[in-house]
Amino acid sequence: MTDQRPPTPLDRADVRVREDAGLGGTVRAFFDRVRSGDLGSLPVVIGLIVIWTVFTSLNPVFVTPNNLVNLLFDCSTTGIIALGVVCVLTLGEIDLSVGSMSGLASAILGVLWVNQGFPVPVAVLAVLAVGAVTGSVYAMLLNRLGMPSFVSTLAGLLALLGLQLYLLGSSGSINLPYGSWVVAFGQLLIMPRWLSYSLSVLPGIAILWFGIGAAARRRAANLSAPSTARLVTKAAVITLIIVLAVHYLNLGRGVPWMFGLFVALVVAMDYALTRTKWGRSMFAVGGNREAARRAGINVRRIYMSAFMLCSMFAALGGTLAAARLASSSQQAGTGDVNLNAIAAAVIGGTSLFGGRGSAYSALLGIIVIQSIANGLTLLNLSSSLRYMITGAVLAIAVIVDSLARQSRAAHGRA
Amino acid sequence: MTDTPEPPPLPPPGELILSLRGISKNFGAVSALTDIDLDVHAGEVVALVGDNGAGKSTLVKVLAGVHQPTSGTITFRGQPVTLPSPGAALDLGIATVFQDLALCENLDVVANIFLGRELDAYHLDEVAMEVKAWTLLGELAARIPSVREPIASLSGGQRQTVAIARSLLLEPRIIMLDEPTAALGVAQTAEVLNLIERLRARGLGVIMISHNMEDVRAVADRIVVLRLGRNNGVFTPDASNADLVGAITGATDNAVTRRAERLRAEGQDA
Repeated sequence: MTDQRPPTPLDRADVRVREDAGLGGTVRAFFDRVRSGDLGSLPVVIGLIVIWTVFTSLNPVFVTPNNLVNLLFDCSTTGIIALGVVCVLTLGEIDLSVGSMSGLASAILGVLWVNQGFPVPVAVLAVLAVGAVTGSVYAMLLNRLGMPSFVSTLAGLLALLGLQLYLLGSSGSINLPYGSWVVAFGQLLIMPRWLSYSLSVLPGIAILWFGIGAAARRRAANLSAPSTARLVTKAAVITLIIVLAVHYLNLGRGVPWMFGLFVALVVAMDYALTRTKWGRSMFAVGGNREAARRAGINVRRIYMSAFMLCSMFAALGGTLAAARLASSSQQAGTGDVNLNAIAAAVIGGTSLFGGRGSAYSALLGIIVIQSIANGLTLLNLSSSLRYMITGAVLAIAVIVDSLARQSRAAHGRA
Repeated sequence: MTDTPEPPPLPPPGELILSLRGISKNFGAVSALTDIDLDVHAGEVVALVGDNGAGKSTLVKVLAGVHQPTSGTITFRGQPVTLPSPGAALDLGIATVFQDLALCENLDVVANIFLGRELDAYHLDEVAMEVKAWTLLGELAARIPSVREPIASLSGGQRQTVAIARSLLLEPRIIMLDEPTAALGVAQTAEVLNLIERLRARGLGVIMISHNMEDVRAVADRIVVLRLGRNNGVFTPDASNADLVGAITGATDNAVTRRAERLRAEGQDA
């Protein structure tokens, strides 16, 4: 006797599991997730649409290709800092000193490169090393002395700022040479058209290639797998969005290399957070530290890696910010850099409470934050108003995070 | 579930796996355990009962490698062993499911089962892990609707199932369950007791701590009573409630009960 029907996949054997197959199922599953408080990147997408609509109606210059290219240049520096913030937020910790770290980084770059005459790579390596040391100090204070990261990094904020002012000395600022490739990278360098278009179809190809491979392996193992049609649809939609965006930017100057670097770092961090044992351990420690410890995860090493990464990303972001401004000044890293980086991570969907987050939240969040800053600048508003509005947006983001968390708890999806 | 590949050779049913002799544990001036003897055979459920402060949790922690005994010997499959760390106990084949389960609510079932022991550290093999998770849950005849849901969406009994499935990943010889039915409803308690039966059927030695005499009687082969850190009798599940409660509380700790206990023990040996 032969059974003609294909065997039920292992993970669909329980009758209580509804199969969300096809497009309708995908949409239904999406609404279910949102209703239970698993918002993902929905708030940021809605926020972005609202912000862009408002600013465009107030000043049409906002959506011109060249303004958006400028926006992407600005996004890259703070966005890289936000990427580090995602790491510590995932653990349920915080680093309040990322702004000062980035300012110190720009000061070190200026002193070593311009004043002392070291080659740029040496200066950048030194900057990253200082970031690594700073992060490891925070982690040591937490691991060995149980000092909350909130306090240690608040102390670090002042100490690093002091070191920055000390290094810059009485002159207060160091100009970076305009002809150098560092400044060009921060202000001018744009991908060639053909390269930007080639890169823009890469995500779609990757989705298809890895998606079909993974689906085949799942079917071979008798697990349910997404249909090829669904993968093709997803790849097509994503490719369309990216190609259109790239095309629009190419109407102006084009896609900045610095933004390309930022996106590459985001993709690398996303892989590390979702596809490696280290990333799994990060979420485990953020979700339940004691459970992670009992599972044999070296919790101290996880804290160490996260704080070091965070400070190193902050240092790298500071270096690029110096290149963007072509100077190392006392103002670098002060003001709203700190909060913008943290707000970007939270607005993008990384929870302040730990255990939830994604590298892409840095990318999405910083576009929102920078859009606000850019739009307000175009409206010629004073920085007093800009601070107030950015503060309000951060508050709204945290409220959304808080409410979503309560809803998830109520729907059993904490 | 007989078509699943058998784990490496389990000891023949009834073989003595774990044997404690004269285990004592002092915390300063307080002796939490004094001269504890305990035997666990393959395919046997040993219930550890006792009042609060009787030393059950201390004993479990000694076996889990959390505490080191002050004196006494632990023999595992005929070899004298020491358990200097939780990792050593796990490597030896003694798995513990603690009362608070220690699951990460934000991670899904697969991630929790493989936490700290993921396959392929630099490119997680999600397919292999999911298949193995279903296999483990299948061996326990567990009813988990989906292994890709976060733990937060599971009921208490389902969480207990996940915690037990996780402890089976290393193919232990002994599994210790600390209050597995505490805070569970009727149906979920029955589910967990079924799980314990299945662990026994797989030839594991099960040590179960419980305050619930009904649950203990339902699954245990032997009931070991601790009182004030000492052995206070070994009972079979058909022992009367009065005897059990008496041994636990010490209310009937007198010459007569001790004599009855001794006679019963001699009768069992014969």
